[in-house]
Amino acid sequence: MTSPTPTSRVTVVLVDDHALVRSGVRSELGDRVDVVGDAEDVASAIAVIAQTKPDVVLLDVHLPGGNGDAVIEAVRALSPETKFLALSVSDAAEDVIRVIRAGARGYVTKTISGDDLADAIHRVAEGDAVFSPRLAGFVLDAFADGPAETESSDLDALTPREREVLRLIARGYTYKEAAKELFLSVKTVETHVSSVLRKLQLSNRHELSRWATRRRIV
Amino acid sequence: MRRPRRAGAAQLLVLGALGVGALLIAQLLGFGAGLLWPASAATVGAAILWRQADDAQRARWRAATSRATTRLPQFTHIVTRGLVARSVLGLLLVTAGMTGFLAAHGALTQARRALLPIFVVIVGLVVIAGPWVLETVRELTEERRARIREQERAEFAARVHDSVLQTLTLIQRNASDPIEVLRLARGSERELRGWLYTPRGDGPATLQAALLAAAADVEDEHGVQVDVVTVGDVPADERVGAVVQAAREAMVNAAKSSGAPTVSVFAEVTDGRVQVFVRDRGRGFDLAAVPADRYGVRESIVARMARNGGTAEIRTAPGSGTEVRLDLPPTAAVRP
Repeated sequence: MTSPTPTSRVTVVLVDDHALVRSGVRSELGDRVDVVGDAEDVASAIAVIAQTKPDVVLLDVHLPGGNGDAVIEAVRALSPETKFLALSVSDAAEDVIRVIRAGARGYVTKTISGDDLADAIHRVAEGDAVFSPRLAGFVLDAFADGPAETESSDLDALTPREREVLRLIARGYTYKEAAKELFLSVKTVETHVSSVLRKLQLSNRHELSRWATRRRIV
Repeated sequence: MRRPRRAGAAQLLVLGALGVGALLIAQLLGFGAGLLWPASAATVGAAILWRQADDAQRARWRAATSRATTRLPQFTHIVTRGLVARSVLGLLLVTAGMTGFLAAHGALTQARRALLPIFVVIVGLVVIAGPWVLETVRELTEERRARIREQERAEFAARVHDSVLQTLTLIQRNASDPIEVLRLARGSERELRGWLYTPRGDGPATLQAALLAAAADVEDEHGVQVDVVTVGDVPADERVGAVVQAAREAMVNAAKSSGAPTVSVFAEVTDGRVQVFVRDRGRGFDLAAVPADRYGVRESIVARMARNGGTAEIRTAPGSGTEVRLDLPPTAAVRP
């Protein structure tokens, strides 16, 4: 990974309705990041984030009193510098896509190892996007139809390069490995992934809650 | 849907035959036609109506016990349509029978005079008993709904018990064996996930389903984590089955000899072309040094793919993990 060591440690807030998960994640992360607070529902999450203004919020997709996207929308004005990384056990594509569309910079599953999670947090803090293999699969599915008819904007389709990068991520490659495979720099791979994230957040061609079922079976 | 309808037609036939038979016997016994035709019409109508109630009842029972709630609206709709048609027929027959009977006895004018009082009494009864009847119906419906909810809860509880609680018990008993604990937890997670997130009902066998099943087997047998990501899907024919078998062999190899805790599987279907990648970050090996008698890679993966018109490529080096790439082009039949 290329994460340059930040001068100060990245501050993190954990939002998850299960105390067990919060303490588990906290101990897994150890002192690689600075956990400055946690919250168990939408209301307390908004309060904690507004107060601590962390670099990164680790956000569960499902929360009592609303969902992850509700938190992102509520604190956008209160703490504009804060970035969000979705952490989920859900395999439902709509859930993941919703929280990404709301503004999360990435999505990882709760089975992720402590090292990988710390790495993902640093990446998000630096403004990069973090795609798990599963999220890469979802996105390939969402944009599977390829470029649409004449009028479509460039937001509605992936470039061949972006597609290649996503395929490698879906195959379990790290950014570094993907860069080597495609003879690109890691920075270029990161740029491609960020661009895919932007398309995912801004494109309105796809009714994203429906494509998953539509594409599931021929 | 077909069988009940056919059975209904058969029953109508039998009813008709019975009616005709009764008519003939009555005529032989010397009853006048004036009494006979109305009586038989009314009897057939009544028979239809009574049987009807029976059908409706049964349909409701079936609805209450059926788990496939999504299929239900359609089903009841069809039943209801038949019900209405038959009810009208039965009602007409009974009314015709009654009128005919009265007319035959010259009592029709008297009956007309009696109609008003009867009507008044019926309205009175409805006003008095109406609320009570409605209340009873409502209670019955509510009760039925509660019973359905209870059934669902029971099934959910059974599911949680079978998977999660059993697993937790086993984990406590095997707490000293991390590999076993991991295997148990993964198995339980997979099962619950499948139940929660995959559409209900047995869909057709597909590439995706077959890969997930193969990955589950490998996880169970070898205690590694196998992450499967799929994009697109195709029905699993023989050639796709071969790809899944080859992928499974690759997963087993990765689980057994790579030493990596997780194996990544990615499958993509584009325009009928199936590609599957099985990758691990384990110790890798020197492909050239694999002895010719290592059946796994050569026969189960490379040769199997070749037999089915596909290719297999293995990329590995000591220390840098292994990736098996399987590629199956669209069938010859699809090509122009």
